[in-house]
Amino acid sequence: METPEEKQTRREQSGAGDVPSQYAHIKGWGIDADPNNNPTYPMKQRVDIEHAGYSWERPTQQPVNMEVHHSIERPNISAVFGTSTPPRGLSGMMRRWAFKYSEDQYNHWLGLLMADRVDMIEGVVDDLAHAHLPNLIEEKGLRADWHYDRERLIGKVAAGACAVGLAWWLWQRRSSKEEAYRAEEGYLPHSDDEPGAEYFRDYDRESFYGTIRPL
Amino acid sequence: MLAMNYRGPLRVRIDHKPEPEILHPEDAIVRVTRSCICGSDLHLYNGSVPDTRIGSTFGHEFTGVVEEVGPKVQKLKPGDHVLVPFNIACGRCQFCRQGLYGNCHEANPSATAVGGAFGYSHTAGGYEGGQAEYVRVPYADVGPTKIPEDMDPDDAVLLTDVVPTGYQAAEMAGIQEGDTVMIFGAGPVGIMAARCSWLFGAGRVIIIDELDYRLEFAADYAQCEAYNFRELEDPVLFAKQTTDWIGADVCIDAVGAEASGNALQTLAGRKMLLQGGSATALHWAINSVKKGGVISIVGVYGPTACLVPIGSVMNKGLTIRANQVAVKRVLPRLIEHVQNGILDPKALITHRLPLEDIAEGYRIFSQKLDNCIKPVLMPPSVRMH
Repeated sequence: METPEEKQTRREQSGAGDVPSQYAHIKGWGIDADPNNNPTYPMKQRVDIEHAGYSWERPTQQPVNMEVHHSIERPNISAVFGTSTPPRGLSGMMRRWAFKYSEDQYNHWLGLLMADRVDMIEGVVDDLAHAHLPNLIEEKGLRADWHYDRERLIGKVAAGACAVGLAWWLWQRRSSKEEAYRAEEGYLPHSDDEPGAEYFRDYDRESFYGTIRPL
Repeated sequence: MLAMNYRGPLRVRIDHKPEPEILHPEDAIVRVTRSCICGSDLHLYNGSVPDTRIGSTFGHEFTGVVEEVGPKVQKLKPGDHVLVPFNIACGRCQFCRQGLYGNCHEANPSATAVGGAFGYSHTAGGYEGGQAEYVRVPYADVGPTKIPEDMDPDDAVLLTDVVPTGYQAAEMAGIQEGDTVMIFGAGPVGIMAARCSWLFGAGRVIIIDELDYRLEFAADYAQCEAYNFRELEDPVLFAKQTTDWIGADVCIDAVGAEASGNALQTLAGRKMLLQGGSATALHWAINSVKKGGVISIVGVYGPTACLVPIGSVMNKGLTIRANQVAVKRVLPRLIEHVQNGILDPKALITHRLPLEDIAEGYRIFSQKLDNCIKPVLMPPSVRMH
């Protein structure tokens, strides 16, 4: 294996150039430098502005006639930008908040994602305000399922209907049980005319008669 | 004009919107002749890209006829039929001068980690996209390229993203003659990466996906080996077994955030959005590549963190190369390849829909219905001719 001295000699013989004076005190500086071993090759062509910072002649600035959020990791608004959908309402406030944080922060990205969800609700409100009732079947493109995946679509609809039916049945059953529980606790309608009496139609009123508190 | 209108996750519709105007002296207004739905549009469609605002128009793959140009535009004139790279690039910042047109610093105020792109949320600059009748195209002298007269417009529209991305995926992989290249994802980009891997001298090209129809297409189009990971049981173990227990020389992640195959990744990345996507393909790539191998990432992930075995990257001495493709840089070479018949992009197009059927198009593509590989949207003006 080459020693640092041998490498230095090889570097000098190959005409790789002298070590810049600011690094002359560092033994072996740049001895293994090989531009062709740049892992970003071939995407990136090294040019003479690598370390010049934000110094290029900027394009003309697009007029800023609307609210434009810019990352706090840059000093300005880029020379051009999109004008689609300026921030609005509560979601806009959330976006303003999110842009107070750098791109390194979850507050930034999750704040924006949450704002997107609020924006979706604002979108529905906006549609309704413009007398437009969103057509979910159209917007979700479900016609495509009807054309190309009908069996699955029917299965999904059937499963959805079953789930809704089951939920309704469980809710009804729970309501009846609650009323029965109330009866166990001491309440039982005195007659079939009282509110809620229909839940106790099959209930053996006689067996609890002695525990009933008068209303 | 007619334009796609995003209404929330899995909800889009066609609406009337005002036509775009020249807002900057280097702008052009383009009347769209073709636009595509891209796999990365599905990240927006699913609501997983932060700052995707209601009312936005998506679409970053499109061709069109120049209708109007700003006072500083010199290379284009009304009537030119152009393909528009999805990157918006100024051509003079430090990054553009280095050829990194996907990382321009003067095209996106909202994020320093992301370049400017058409129709890709405010995280990519807040530009309206090409799934519309007209689009405002900034820096018109930099990106848009006149479509050669002998080129099919269907080929041209795929040169705005899919073909360059697949090509750069293979290029970044640093393929050496005889290398085994393993590609995760047989979507349009993965298929093109497989095809292009040969151009760089690969010795063996393997593509992995879960959809048989796509694998069959890939095997035929890219003349590669194709395997369904649902049948392999463990794709990483397969990678080792099929390479004499060494691992692939190169792995390419051509899936990104919507990957299937790992319940934890799917839950955290796609359902709960707790990470920047489901990183299953990248995870497999890291574990399938050989020690000292190269990972090339062109699959798109969100800006937050992802669960990947970074310890294995270090212990195996891997090189990871990744970027949005710099379309302008690779375009001249790819135009040559198409003109010489080496690449046939339009063969990827399986569906052609009217722009008005945008919601159906998204549904077909996202649910992989009707053996869809690549859908193209045709605006009314084109259909009339």
